[in-house]
Parts: sequence; C-alpha cells; structure tokens
Amino acid sequence: MRGIEHRGLTLAEGPIVIAERRENSTYGELAAVYGRDGVRRLGKVIDVSEKVVALQLFSDNTGLSLDGAAVEYLGHPLELRVGPGLLGRVFNGLGHPSDGYPEIISSERRDVNGQPLNPAARVYPRDFIETGVSAIDGMNTLIRGQKLPIFSGNGLPHNRLAAQIVRQARILAGSGDEPFAIVFAGMGIKYDAARFFIDSFEKSGVLSRVVMFLSLADAPSIERLVTPRSALTAAEYLAYELGMHVLVVLTDMTNYCEALREVSAARSEVPSRKGFPGYLYSDLASIYERAGKIEGSKGSITQIPILSMPDDDISHPIPDLTGYITEGQIVLERELFQKSVYPPIAGLSSLSRLMKDGIGEGMTREDHRDLASQLFAAYARVKSVRNLAAIIGEEELSPLDKKYLHFGEHFEAEYLAQGEFEDRSVVQTLDLGWRMLTYLPKEELLRVSPALIEKYLPKEA
Amino acid sequence: MIEGKIIRVAGPVVLASGLGGAGLYDVVEVGIAKLAGEIIRMDGSGATIQVYEENTGMGPGEPVISLGRPLSALLGPGIMGSIYDGIQRPLSALKEKSGDFLIPGVKGERLDIERRWHFEPRLKTGDSVAPGTVLGVVQETSVVEHRVLAPPGIKPGLIKDMVGAGDYTVLDTIAETGRGEVLRLAHEWPLRKPRPSLRRLPPTEPLITGLRVIDVLFPISKGGAAAVPGGFGTGKTMTQHAIAKWCNADIIVYVGCGERGNEMTDVLQEFPKLVDPRTGRSLMERTVLIANTSNMPVAAREVSIYTGITLAEYYRDMGYGVAVMADSTSRWAEALRELSGRLEEMPAEEGFPAYLPTRLAEFYERGGRVDTLGGGEGSVSIIGAVSPPGGDFSEPVTQHTKRFIRCFWALDRDLAYARHYPAISWTDSYSEYSEELLAWWDAVNPDWKNVRKRALELLKKEQRLEQIVRLIGPDALPDEQRLVLITADLIKSGFLQQSSFDDIDKYCSPEKQVLLLRCIMEFHRRAESVIKAGAPLVKITSLPLREKLSRLKSTVPNDRPEDIRAAERELAAVFDDLDRQYRKESLR
Ligand SMILES: Nc1ncnc2c1ncn2[C@@H]1O[C@H](COP(=O)(O)OP(=O)(O)OP(=O)(O)O)[C@@H](O)[C@H]1O
Ligand SMILES: [Mg+2]
Repeated sequence: MRGIEHRGLTLAEGPIVIAERRENSTYGELAAVYGRDGVRRLGKVIDVSEKVVALQLFSDNTGLSLDGAAVEYLGHPLELRVGPGLLGRVFNGLGHPSDGYPEIISSERRDVNGQPLNPAARVYPRDFIETGVSAIDGMNTLIRGQKLPIFSGNGLPHNRLAAQIVRQARILAGSGDEPFAIVFAGMGIKYDAARFFIDSFEKSGVLSRVVMFLSLADAPSIERLVTPRSALTAAEYLAYELGMHVLVVLTDMTNYCEALREVSAARSEVPSRKGFPGYLYSDLASIYERAGKIEGSKGSITQIPILSMPDDDISHPIPDLTGYITEGQIVLERELFQKSVYPPIAGLSSLSRLMKDGIGEGMTREDHRDLASQLFAAYARVKSVRNLAAIIGEEELSPLDKKYLHFGEHFEAEYLAQGEFEDRSVVQTLDLGWRMLTYLPKEELLRVSPALIEKYLPKEA
Repeated sequence: MIEGKIIRVAGPVVLASGLGGAGLYDVVEVGIAKLAGEIIRMDGSGATIQVYEENTGMGPGEPVISLGRPLSALLGPGIMGSIYDGIQRPLSALKEKSGDFLIPGVKGERLDIERRWHFEPRLKTGDSVAPGTVLGVVQETSVVEHRVLAPPGIKPGLIKDMVGAGDYTVLDTIAETGRGEVLRLAHEWPLRKPRPSLRRLPPTEPLITGLRVIDVLFPISKGGAAAVPGGFGTGKTMTQHAIAKWCNADIIVYVGCGERGNEMTDVLQEFPKLVDPRTGRSLMERTVLIANTSNMPVAAREVSIYTGITLAEYYRDMGYGVAVMADSTSRWAEALRELSGRLEEMPAEEGFPAYLPTRLAEFYERGGRVDTLGGGEGSVSIIGAVSPPGGDFSEPVTQHTKRFIRCFWALDRDLAYARHYPAISWTDSYSEYSEELLAWWDAVNPDWKNVRKRALELLKKEQRLEQIVRLIGPDALPDEQRLVLITADLIKSGFLQQSSFDDIDKYCSPEKQVLLLRCIMEFHRRAESVIKAGAPLVKITSLPLREKLSRLKSTVPNDRPEDIRAAERELAAVFDDLDRQYRKESLR
C-alpha cells in the first residue's frame, strides 16, 4: 500500500470512475475511493494511461459526490486472506467477515482472480460421487472435480436439490474419512434462500466445514462480480493446500451475469447477444474452469453452479454459454414439476460428460453405461410418442407405442421422482432402471447386450 | 532491438510509443515482466500490442522491446508428443518451472534445445539444396521419421560442409549453403504466413475416420476441410477425439482453442495408452496438442489456430498426411471479436469484425493436398468445430465457415438427447467430396457407391414419411412404406449409431462399414419383394434377424468380416424361405 491519497476525480458513470493519474497506478490494481460521505469504496483499475485512470467500483456509487472525493491506490489486486480459519465463517462478496467476528488470523493473501491452471498439471476426474438421487447417479453422474451446473427456472426446487446433493454426496470406495469442505457463494439471492442453506448445513451437522460468501439481493449488484472469485480462491486454498475435497455451490449465476452486463453497458462496450458483453464466455470460463484436480494434490474442487434460465429458455446466453463451458448440466423441467415430480430433472437435456470415465465395472457396475443409454433412448421415444398421441389420440397408438407411454409414466413416477430425504444407493438406482425396462418388449432393448439383459432384467413373475 | 514505452493498458491490449522503427506483427517483450506480445497495429497514436499473457500489474512508463521478427514457430524434432500453449510454449516444461498454475512471464523454449537427436544426412557436401529439400532424417518418435527440411526461405545453391551422421541439438549447424546460409535441425517460420508448396492436388483420396456415418455417408478427403457445428453437448469434441484417434493420417495436430482444460488432459492421459491399429505404437507418438483453454489469455487463443496450422504444414512438407482438429473455431472467432472490440474497430454482424470471413477463408485455405517443395506429396486436412450460440446455425461463424469448407457434419440436438451418437444429422449434413472419391472407392470396394446411394435415398424417403407419421401415426401407412421406416430404424441402430465407448465398435474398418450397410440394404430389398408378393408386414417385423442385424456392429470385430458375410447368407436363406412361401400363395 502506498498510502498516498489525492483528489481529482473527473467523471463518474455508473460504477465507473475516472481519475487523474498522478503516480504509478497499474492495470488490475485495487484502489479505494473515499467520498465526502466518508464511505470507503473499493474498485479496480480497468484502464490506465499516462494521465488518466478508469476505475470500476465494487460497490454502489450512490452518495458518491465527485468534488472532495479522493483515491488511494493499494498496489495489489483484490486479495482474500486465506487460512484454516476460513472454515465455519461467513463473508461478504469481497471477502470481509459479515458474521460479526474479526478477520481471520493469517498473513497469507491470494489474488482472487487466481491464475489459469496449466492443463498439463490437471488430473482427469474419475471418482464417482454417489448423491443418492437416481436421476443423477443413474443417468448424469457427478464426478469429483467436475463442474456440473443446475439449470433451473423461477420457482423450481433447485435449492432443495442442491441441498440434497450436498447432504447426501459421498464417495463410494469407502474413503469416507477424507477431509471435505463446502464453499457457498450467494449472489443476489434473497436472505431466505441463504437461510435455507444455512439451516440445511446446520441440520446435517456440517456447518463448521462451510465457508460462505454472501452478496445478497440488497448488496450492491456490482459486488457479485467478485463473490464467486472470492469463493473459488478460498476453495483453491482448501483443496490444493489443505488437501480437502471441496464442493462449491455458486448461486445464482444469472445474477452474476446481469451485474457483468451492467458494467459492460456503463463502459459502452459493443454488446453481443441480449446485451451481454462478447467476453461473457471467457469471463464465465475464468470461474468455471477453477474446478478440477491437480496432479500431486489430494484435494479436488467440484462445482455446482446454479442458474435460473430466463423464461425457462435453455438457449438464453447465460445457460447456453455455461453449457459450453461446464461438463454437462442438470436441467430442471417445469412440466415435470407441474406433474409433482421431485426432483424435476429433465430426462433428455440433462447430461454429465464426465460420467463416461467414472462408471462401469469396478466403479459402479458393469451395466451402468448401457443401461443409462437405453433409458435415455426409451425416454426419447416416450417424448415423441406423447407428441403423436396429442395429435391422433392415445387410442390410435400402436400397441408398441402404448407400451412406451406406459414405460414413460412409470419412469417419471418411480425412477425420476423420489423423496427429498430419500437416499438411494447406486445399486438400488441401477436395479430400479432395469425394473423400468420390464415395461418394454425385450426386442426393443437394443442398447443393452443380451448378456446384460439375461443377468439384470427382472424375469416376469 | 527497438525500445519503446507503454502509454496505456486496457486489458490484453496495450498502447506503446517509441516503436516507430519496429514492424507490424513484430514480437515484443512487454513491461518489466517481459510478457510476450505482438504489434497488431501502428498508427499516429503509437503501436498497439496484444499481450499473450495475463498482464495485471502492468502500467504506463514500463518498457516495451521489439525483437524485430514476426511471431514464429520453431520447427524441428521434438514437436511430436508435446503439449503447447497458443504461442508454442511447452506446457509440461512450464509446469516444471512455475508449478501448477500459469504464471505470467515464465519462459519456455519452444523445442528442447539441449536434447541431442541422432541425425542421418541424406545430402553430402556439394549436393544442391533448395527450399524444402530433405537434408537428412531424425527418428523423432518410433513412428515419425522427421525429415529435416531446408527452410522455404533459403536461396537455392550448393551444400558446403555437411556434417556426418551423429547426435546434434536442434540449434547445431548441420550444413551451410554456398551462399553462407546456416542450416540446422530446426528453423523458424512466421505463424501467420502459409508455408509454400509446389502445386495443389485434387482431393481424391479419403481420410478414413473409422466413423461409419462419415466414411460412408459424408466422407472427407485427405486435404479436405470439414466443419462440425453443434450446440453444447452434442458431440463435437467426442467426434474430433474419435477422428484424432483412429483416422488414417500420419500426424495429428489437436488444437484446443478456448475449450476445457480437462479435455486436453483427457487426450494427454489417454492417447499414450491407446495403440494405433496401423503402427501398433502409442497414438501420442504421432500427435501434438495445442492447448489454449477458455481460461487462458484470449490473445494467445487467437494465435493458437495459426500455431496449429503452421505445425501441420511443416509435417505436410515432409510428405505426411496431417489432420488438424480445431476445437473450437467459434472461440477463436470470439477472440477476434474481443480484440477487435478493444481496438474500437467498427463491428459488423453480431459484433464480429468485418474481416471475420477473410480470416476464416485464410485459415481453411491453408489446408489441402499438395506436391511439396521437396518433391513429395503431403496433405493437411482440417476439421473445425463450430459452437453456434443457442445451437442456431444461422449465426455468422457457421454461415461464413460454410463458404470455405466442403464437408458439413451437422450435429443434431434431438439425436444427442436420445443418445444417438455420433449425433451427425443425415438430413442436414453433406459432403462435396463424395464424387471425387468415387474412383478410389471403386478400386477398393465398389459396393460403397451402391449401398451409400441406396441408404441415402431410403433415409430421405423416411424423412418424408416421418412428416406424415407425425400427423396420422405409422399404422395408417401401407406396408411397403412402413417397411421403409423399419429399415431406416435398422440403419440408425445398426449402422449410424456408433458409440465411442464400445470396445469393438469405436473404430470400424472400411470393409466392415460397407459390409454392414450392404447387409441392411439387402434386408430391405428382400423384405420389399416379399411384401410385394403379399406377405403381411408382421412376417418381417417378427424376424429375429432384425435384432441380429442391429447388433452386428458390436458383435463382429473388424478382423472378422466373414462373420458379416455369414449373416448375409443367413439373411438370404430366411428370405428364400419366405419367398417360396409367398410365391406359392400368390400363384394359388
Ligand atoms: N460418439 C459418441 N459416443 C458416445 N458418446 C458420445 C459421443 N459423442 C458424444 N457423446 C456424449 O456426449 C457428451 C458431449 O459430447 P462433447 O463433449 O463432444 O460435446 P461438444 O459438442 O463438444 O460440447 P461443447 O460444445 O460444450 O464442447 C459426451 O460427454 C458423451 O457423453
Ligand atoms: Mg466440446
């Protein structure tokens, strides 16, 4: 910190403040702006030339009057203090304690922006996480080190599902006593939602292993741009330095993206789709790519970002660009929700890309992959038969199509649906999948081999 | 060396003064941290530089040094099996130096300059040398003989002082020309400049990929260009991985441009373990990776494509067939857009710069099959993934790409949702190479042409019928038309679908491909005639043969084509029976 203050802000527009450059301020550096109201507002240098500096504030600029305001350049980028003391604490988006306790005791600080992980240093994630949720374990498995978002919509039970995953997640091969932590970042969510998670963590007795970064709906929207980065900086410390398995929940990424759009507009950048900046993809990648595993480190970072799809539209830029970066997606579907199916996990558009290496013999069971493929194929057929039935009427359907409809009903009511506190083992899930297949003629089961059919398909009573 | 001074920093774009004497596209070292950069514009306000590393902490007043040469690749032994970032920095070596994260300013040599390679000269003192002449060879990996080339830029002349066989580093002098030019195992080549060749050759030989839907329905030629567009999760990367693994190219250049880190790790960890069916050696020995993932600096992402294609051209010049995978060209176009925005250029469609189509054309133009300067024949085939926003193919990158490629493998979201992989749509895809490949296939397997044509016709018919079925249901169709639907299903499950995870089916030999489809089309021909003779459709649908045909792809390994022929004979026998039965009935 140089500790030099000086006056002379020349223009402010939205969260952007222009100051005269009188010293060696550098790109990306943190600065504090003091208004006449005495409030200290943090910001970072986003453009610096010989005479002028543009700052982007991380907080609201209401009440910030230009004359009489002063800037202090802090000589380093935004940092988070890290240490084992992070566990059990609550911070605001910028990493300052908001639970009434003092700063954690540690002299170590990390740049919240992190650095890109060298692809040659990664380890490809392969360890199956059993979540106890059939639609996930059976068809879209979660892997340690994966980034698997939940695409949701207004009023859909994404929080309940995320809490259920956090509560039930475990690694199969009896490595139960490995150290773990949960990092939770709340961006622009309501207090109720944050409270729901805290209660849920508390009930399952893990609160002391949780680190929370909350930038709730009433905090300045711009602070949301830092919140996930603070959270992931904490996660990287816990995972790679303390060797913990860290599960990161980021919610709601849609609020994050909207804050980014606001700043971009204030900077009069050329907008891309729906007003979002052209670099939304790269920006999101700088968050999501901070999941994974590193060679030589015991820990891992698994990310479950939650986002709400505006108008339930999966092709909206936020879910679209997220899907292009993450390793699959769990999509919640309104139609299932209206049929009272919990969790309403869409049977077709959901996908886990890391599933391929984490399942099968020695990990889950030999039939897992083919069974999942068969269920997907059959359910896809259900969807098209339903479309046909809507036109020609159910009675007109062929006997085979009727069987598919029947399968579809059972699949949704028994396989996809389960209790919020129901925890199914993966073997239960797989067996249940085979039971669903008994509603179809054997000749239809082309995705599973005759040998597997022989071994696993329940014989009709 | 020309030294200037930074006057403005705004993200990865930096403005500097005092570089008037430097050239456009010169490499520069930017700031106290000496980050890699390139001059991309010169005008009254100074030199605009794009910085290839994260430049937080950089400020006006810091020095900028122009190295007086364009951004170049260093081409020589040691490329195969490596993983580079977008500007050819070796990622494994950087990891040794700076740990697990990429720290700005770390330097790494593009080729190992200490390692000694065993060099066998092919020329001797007094021989003539010209651009592209093979000076000698180095066994780079057990499968790649590295032909050491005279750089395309040299003047023709005579060799003076050729060294004898022995062990040399890439920078050791191995010969001099009469004009005093020094020849080494490695030479520099500017990334943005195509390497010259003698002449272009027509794309008349297929690049066999081992994927049936490609090789039979929408084939690509050696030296051809294909685009794989598709929304997220539809299978672009998996398709490219499969081609990189099993295609019959000699060399694979895999460019991960703005995509996931784990996908590069996947290749890096899986390829060394996979055995090339042709050479019996590890696939990594013929592969080089360029990894500039989505979280790595965006300016280096823009260059990564050129680094990849330059390496490819270099191996082409040795006389090899090279296949380049670029995943994803959309991320590259977005890097262009982002940099263009920072330069405050006038945006054209959807914010992309007006020169987007020119750049795309220049890139795809660098593919092709050629006579090399050295007198051999080589090819660069390009397979570019396209990631259209919202999966909508009407956007600029897909549309412009279409103008410069001749093979379009459209990935279909509904197929992907039904886990029909590869989700390459048979209605929206096309290949303009199929005509040029006829002669080759006629010589190798004349059935290709016939089964291909009949299958395509049948799928087209099915598409029309599907529209009717969607309104009235299949039961309302006459049996002959319902048979079309049945055979189409058989083509889909028994031929088009091919899982990358099926041990037998992940790669399909050309012979097996044609046999499988011939069987299915034969089924159709025979079934059609039985139905015409009056048999009810149920006689066909109840045949256990159908299921057997569906499963042949994953029950019969590539080296047992006779099993498919046996199935074909069994099919003939079954239908002979039906024929006899119904001919009699129709006579009665
Ligand atoms: N040929 C195939 N065989 C088996 N599975 C496949 C195949 N192609 C795709 N898949 C499945 O689809 C998933 C997504 O494929 P992939 O990662 O290639 O998509 P993508 O088009 O590259 O997506 P993105 O644009 O987001 O990178 C894979 O993880 C795999 O589960
Ligand atoms: Mg991909």
